Amino acid sequence: MLYSQKVLDHFHNPHNHGEISSPSASAQVGNPVCGDIIKFDLEIGQRPKDDGSNESYIKDVKFQTMGCAAAISVSSVMTDMVIGQSLEQASQVSFEDIVKELDGLPPIKIHCAQLARECLLKAIEHYEESQ
Amino acid sequence: MVYFDNAATTAVSELALKEMSPYFSQKYGNASSLHQYGQEASQALSKARQTVTQILGAKPSEIFFTGGASESNNWMIKGVVEAASSLLPAGAKPHLIVSPIEHHCVLDTAEYLEQSGQAQVSWLSVDSAGLVGPRDIISLIQDNTVLVSVMYVNNEIGTIEPIAEIGAALREYNSQNRSVSPLTSHLPLPIAFHTDAVQAVQYLDCRVDRLGVDALSLSAHKFHGPKGVGIAFIRQGTKIARFIHGGAQEANQRAGTENVSGIVGLEAALLEAANNRQKNFEHVSQLQKSLIDQVLRIDNVQLTGPLPGRHRVPHIASFVVSGVDGEALLLRLDSEGFAVSSGSACTSASLDPSHVLLAIGVGEAESHGSIRVSLSSYNTQEEVDQFVVAFKKVIKEVRALAPRLS
Ligand SMILES: Cc1ncc(COP(=O)(O)O)c(C=O)c1O
Repeated sequence: MLYSQKVLDHFHNPHNHGEISSPSASAQVGNPVCGDIIKFDLEIGQRPKDDGSNESYIKDVKFQTMGCAAAISVSSVMTDMVIGQSLEQASQVSFEDIVKELDGLPPIKIHCAQLARECLLKAIEHYEESQ
Repeated sequence: MVYFDNAATTAVSELALKEMSPYFSQKYGNASSLHQYGQEASQALSKARQTVTQILGAKPSEIFFTGGASESNNWMIKGVVEAASSLLPAGAKPHLIVSPIEHHCVLDTAEYLEQSGQAQVSWLSVDSAGLVGPRDIISLIQDNTVLVSVMYVNNEIGTIEPIAEIGAALREYNSQNRSVSPLTSHLPLPIAFHTDAVQAVQYLDCRVDRLGVDALSLSAHKFHGPKGVGIAFIRQGTKIARFIHGGAQEANQRAGTENVSGIVGLEAALLEAANNRQKNFEHVSQLQKSLIDQVLRIDNVQLTGPLPGRHRVPHIASFVVSGVDGEALLLRLDSEGFAVSSGSACTSASLDPSHVLLAIGVGEAESHGSIRVSLSSYNTQEEVDQFVVAFKKVIKEVRALAPRLS
């Protein structure tokens, strides 16, 4: 099983790792298949849209992950992908997008990308519930 | 780079490489040819067979060169089952007794025979150190039992199984209950005892009579020989079907042009291992003791398998590190310059955790943090000390990535 250079880069030097001290929302998900756990903390901001109304967007996100190199790198790359995106845009990031952004993942590690997506959606859901 | 993955494979020794090298482009004859090239190759094979014979305490006619232990094990298990099928009374299926912590080449062969309806299999249990009980084996014997398979040394956790004890128990059982000549007797076939000695031969005496085994397998690349060449010892009188059909090589039992250079390398490496066994045992034991002592001082790291002592080989130590994944540790160690392996589900092609760790009672969650460190006589104390420093560092780093478990 070979990882792309991009996966290895994120694994060895993960981006946006850590916690947000008072996050707007968080979520933690675990994968029973391989025991991976991913946690995202979100800081949500408001900004005006072109039409003058406000939208919620991801001002910051931090991750914490227990798992293999794939689980760590999908978490890291996902944070890069969604920072600055509106919640609507971020909700539409698919696991295929994550895999593509990493220049591919071994087939048996695709579930890690699904887990990262699930975790982000859950955090966004938690935020919306809290509003 | 420090190489601590010697249970996966080892470096070819300088001596083995030197002995092999003329057999590629100078002495390249086919051992079946009648001309001088062929004779030269054929003599090299006889000499190698003689050396192996002496080290294993066998007869030359009982030693077969194969393409490695996977082939040897497949042949020995399938071959005994096939031969027994035609010797057992009509309707009786050959029955095997197999340890649950075998290498996949034994485990999967037994499962295949079971699933394809060619054999019935009873799986032994092991204790938390990975040891099987000789008495458990005897208690599982049925009239149609034809083979018992227990590895000499486990490749993941380093357990040394009580092979000589099992061999003695089976001999006694056979002498009281089984006939050597099934065709002239109402007694069932003698039970053959098979052991995979791949991880044993470097450090333990593998003479077949001492062990009481009828079939034994070795792979040269695990003892500083080349890859893709191994040995099947099959005791004279063992009922076994042929496996690879074709030419008349290996006494008409294993077809295929012999891997002469590989066999010459195997011979040199095996002789070297046997001649230095005690010295290597002491050196590697010391390294392992130091490794285990130092690693167990790290928080929440456990040794799997037996404690250091008579049930553990000196070269294999596997640990479970809590709160991290073994694959992440392995890759971080790799970038720090240390090659090790892991039994974590995340490193296996199937995402299944190691069957060995599960069989000895390591939980699925714990097994994620598995790291195996396997040494050789080429390693040094300095490498062990450097490894421990790096291991502590990467454990700390990888643990720091994880969320606090609430
Ligand atoms: C205990 C044991 N048996 C069998 C094998 C298979 O050896 P090979 O891959 O050389 O056929 C190995 C090595 O992977 C092993 O460790």
